[in-house]
Amino acid sequence: MDASFLQPIEAAVTLSVIWIGLGLIGLAFMRAPRLVSHAVFPAGALVSILLAATGLWAIGAPPSAAILPAGLPDLPFHVRIDALSGFFLLLLGGVSFGISLFAVGYFRDTEAATLGQLSLQYHVFLASMAFVLIADDAYLFMVTWESMALSSYFLVTTEHHEERNRKAGFIYLLVAHIGAISILLCFGVLHGGHGDYTFEALRAAELSGFWATVAFLLAFFGFGAKAGMLPLHVWLPEAHPAAPSPVSALMSGVMLKTAIYGMIRVIYDLIGGIRWEWGLTVLLFGAATSLFGVLFALMQHDLKRLLAYHSVENIGIILIGIGLSMVFVGSGHPVAGALGLIAGLYHTLNHAVFKGLLFLGAGAILKSTGLRNLNEMGGLIRYLPHTALYFLIGALAISALPPLNGFVSEWLTFQASLQAPLLESSVVRSLVPIVAAVLALSGALTGMCFVKVYGVAFLGQHRHELAEKPREASRWERAGMLWLAAACLALGLLPVFMIGQLNNVSQALINAGLSNEAMASDWLWLVPTSSAQASYSPIVFLLVIAVVFELTYLVVRQVYHGRLRRSDPWDCGYPEQTSRMEDTADGFGQPVRQIFAPVFLIHREIPRADDPQPVFKQSVQDRHWYWLYRPIARFTEFLSGHVGKLQQGRISIYLLYSFLTLIALLVFAQ
Amino acid sequence: MNLPFYTQLINLLAALLLLLAFAMLTQRRILSLINLFALQGFVLVLSTLVVAYSTHQSHLYYSALLTLILKVLFLPWIMHRLIHALNVRWDVETLIDIPATMLIGIVLVIFAFNLAAPISQFAGTITKSTLGIATASILLSFLMMITRRKAVSQVIGFLTMENGLFFAATSATYGMPMVVELGIALDVLVGSLIFGVFFFHIRETFESLDIHHLEKLKER
Repeated sequence: MDASFLQPIEAAVTLSVIWIGLGLIGLAFMRAPRLVSHAVFPAGALVSILLAATGLWAIGAPPSAAILPAGLPDLPFHVRIDALSGFFLLLLGGVSFGISLFAVGYFRDTEAATLGQLSLQYHVFLASMAFVLIADDAYLFMVTWESMALSSYFLVTTEHHEERNRKAGFIYLLVAHIGAISILLCFGVLHGGHGDYTFEALRAAELSGFWATVAFLLAFFGFGAKAGMLPLHVWLPEAHPAAPSPVSALMSGVMLKTAIYGMIRVIYDLIGGIRWEWGLTVLLFGAATSLFGVLFALMQHDLKRLLAYHSVENIGIILIGIGLSMVFVGSGHPVAGALGLIAGLYHTLNHAVFKGLLFLGAGAILKSTGLRNLNEMGGLIRYLPHTALYFLIGALAISALPPLNGFVSEWLTFQASLQAPLLESSVVRSLVPIVAAVLALSGALTGMCFVKVYGVAFLGQHRHELAEKPREASRWERAGMLWLAAACLALGLLPVFMIGQLNNVSQALINAGLSNEAMASDWLWLVPTSSAQASYSPIVFLLVIAVVFELTYLVVRQVYHGRLRRSDPWDCGYPEQTSRMEDTADGFGQPVRQIFAPVFLIHREIPRADDPQPVFKQSVQDRHWYWLYRPIARFTEFLSGHVGKLQQGRISIYLLYSFLTLIALLVFAQ
Repeated sequence: MNLPFYTQLINLLAALLLLLAFAMLTQRRILSLINLFALQGFVLVLSTLVVAYSTHQSHLYYSALLTLILKVLFLPWIMHRLIHALNVRWDVETLIDIPATMLIGIVLVIFAFNLAAPISQFAGTITKSTLGIATASILLSFLMMITRRKAVSQVIGFLTMENGLFFAATSATYGMPMVVELGIALDVLVGSLIFGVFFFHIRETFESLDIHHLEKLKER
């Protein structure tokens, strides 16, 4: 390409800097909240869509790099954009476009001072994520990784006057920093004392087997903490409900994905020489995360908490795809490995889109009714018809129902697991189908969970006396949700285009793509390996469904014509019907709670038989708090209690400490 | 022993420096302490000038001038004013009695000479034998900070330590780069101004400059 022509990297850097500028403008003009919400956020959305275009462009283009005139002296920032970065920039831009549009409407009534700060943190958050994706040295990566964590911490604690939110923010910051330390150590191991922290140098460094495994484990747990992998997921269900809804959408949809990006970048690109044992670790953690996430999601009645647990589940599914890919690549089957990688990446994109959409839907409900407890909702479809439609599309997508996008990526993951007979080790060969079965189980439970959400929230009678009639979401909010819902449909109906792009990513990363036959298929049919084995055409599927539905409808109309009788739904012959007789969210989860009882920590308070005002109380808690986090907290407290004894309060003693340290160091130096 | 004249002169000044450090360690009166500090600064200026003249290191003239203005004139003047303003002339109490402090000081000097012996063999400067003295005076001023109770004498200890560091730098490598030296000079200046402000606040709060009042500030 002509050197004078604009390179993708220049476009990406410029756009990210514009984001920061927009944030500062928002802060500077915070006395004009109307301007901030209706000019700065739409401008941010425009930058998003341009960044998405840059990302798409970068997937096809050769890698381009640059050195930024920023950073410390002798330690400039390196940036580089390749197919993998391009794909994630596409994800970031595409999803944040919808979210920023939504934010225009969502934040329109926010208090002026809060809005100014929100605008700054929001856009800095976006820009740091973009810089994380294009960073080409460990220094810039860690700096922007931290600024991403900090800006999102401030976003989580936007409503800091509530203690619950401050606590959630603290847990988030704690886990984020533990993860960051682990990542930092990983870079330290990778660079092995050469003094050069560019990714190029890290890539070139040769590691012995032991140190490569150490680096892998550090990267896996560091990025896993950010992604919400078991058992480091605890911050997710706390932070997502605390944050304003567009921020939850951004965190769950995009920020978790930067952790996936980091994992792939470090493990595939920087460490290299993948082993199947690593893949197996990722695979098993992924399976456990996915099953655990969905089980806990079923137990929730706070809508945003429920969605947060579903993020945990979907991160598990993504990890299953990546783990499969690593197992195959590590045992010398790059084509199957490419399939797993593509499945994982495609699910990454899909989850970003539909989870963004669902969080926005939850935000629209919260904004118009003030409700977040499912047990108090009901019948919202009558007040929020547009939101209900978009939420339905998101719910179908996350439940992996064809012809929506969630199905495509889960199906690809299954196809990847069906390549298991290629493997030599019989243990792994038998483990892969078990993981696939876990995936199927969690898929089915997700479906159940969203039947619960949709049925309880949007259908039936409303159970809560609302002060005023809920108003439908504003035009901006609807535009944001429409964009993401359309993306769900497009990614579901026309997967072949995106799979082609992902094939480029896979080619660039592991020098292998899908089989020739798979790539030769036309736009209508998606063929993962060969058409003799499996193929899927969402459009044909949609047509068949539509035709069958239409025919059934016509037949029913013909047969029952004129004999329609209007009455209350689910009447069941009762003389009187109140909303208290409806199935609640907790009631819906009861069978799962019974079957998987050992997984949960359940507290029940059952009233006595002669209690005049019986109240039944129940809470479901996460066991991880008790077996993992409490002991660590206690140990830390014990340790700091003893270290605290050093603090005497006398300056002479403190000086003596430094003096003795100095003497000791001098003796050593001798 | 037939050392060149300049080396002998520097060794003499170094010995004076160490002697002054011991004198400060034993001195109970704050006013005399400040005078000793100014004297030590003056000895430092002389030794820097001798090194500068004998080795033709022109930048050392500047640092000598800087030391003269800052440590011999300006800081002692500020200290004097401070003492008058706060009305503290005496520092009767030390944590350890003076003979014991002297003994510890002697141990420290022996330790410092032991430490410096292998290093000064490698140093190519004409001042190499003084590195031990420089280290010793740093350790002695540290000791002074530990054993004193009044905040003023601790600040003087801190400034004396800086003298020792400066001497070490001149004797080991003919001084630090000018930028670093200017930076340190500014730090010392700003540091002592901040100390001055703190003195007033400490006295206002506790009606005394005795630092054991600060013990209450710890967490539990």
